[in-house]
Amino acid sequence: MNTNPEVLTAKPEAPAKVRKMLLILSKATIDNVYAAFILANGARMEGIESEIFFTFFGLEAIQKDKLDKLHVATVGNPAMHIPTLLGGLPGMEALATKMMKKEMEKLDIPPVGEFLEILSDSGVKLWACKLAMDMFHLEREDLIDEIDEVITVGDFYGRAEGEGTHLMFI
Amino acid sequence: MEKVINGTAVQVNDQGYLTDLNEWNKDVSIEIAKEEGITMTDEHWEVIAYLQDQYRNNVPLSIRGIKKSGVINIKDFYRLFPGGPLKKASKIAGIPKPVSCI
Repeated sequence: MNTNPEVLTAKPEAPAKVRKMLLILSKATIDNVYAAFILANGARMEGIESEIFFTFFGLEAIQKDKLDKLHVATVGNPAMHIPTLLGGLPGMEALATKMMKKEMEKLDIPPVGEFLEILSDSGVKLWACKLAMDMFHLEREDLIDEIDEVITVGDFYGRAEGEGTHLMFI
Repeated sequence: MEKVINGTAVQVNDQGYLTDLNEWNKDVSIEIAKEEGITMTDEHWEVIAYLQDQYRNNVPLSIRGIKKSGVINIKDFYRLFPGGPLKKASKIAGIPKPVSCI
């Protein structure tokens, strides 16, 4: 242990202000999708730049024919307080999802499609992962119009330059 | 606390938001806007009037509400009040800082 008084009293440098949030969304369960959207929108509302990179199952949130059908996970999710065996019964996911959507509507949280429009209009850059697109045999036409571009991981990292940039994996 | 804006004394909170909308007037508004780096235009005033109406009707402000407002769209809202539009516009409108996360 360093007991040098100078080291002990040295104040860490003030961290740089957050200037840009780069969010990576890899899942398609409603809770994860909304976490990414609310963080991205919240950043813009504070004058912080934000971008979302949709990869793997996260691509479901930007596919025209899938984004309205996202579910909450009732199996393997202890916070749902539903026993695993029951959570797997037919209709359980749909029921839990319906209940969650109802609660969100009460709080004026927009549905996925409308939220994506809001994000795009607010200046959030929306990127789709090229490798995951290839893996799931998806074409650009399968995605919503608001997507800025299909890019590689390298392209995405290239967007991370500048002080105060933070990356977050969801 | 008290703050003198353009010769008028008004009550503000520690973040500079007016605590009483009755003390708001256009001159005060223009000064607050200046502090935020914004020059007011007719477009701005239209939005400010809308926000004040919403506040008087106890409607919580959110970006979704802006989208549905029929007064302004989100893109223009960000263009008029760059860098935290709802916060800045509320400050200029003399109403409390919005508390919603959306």
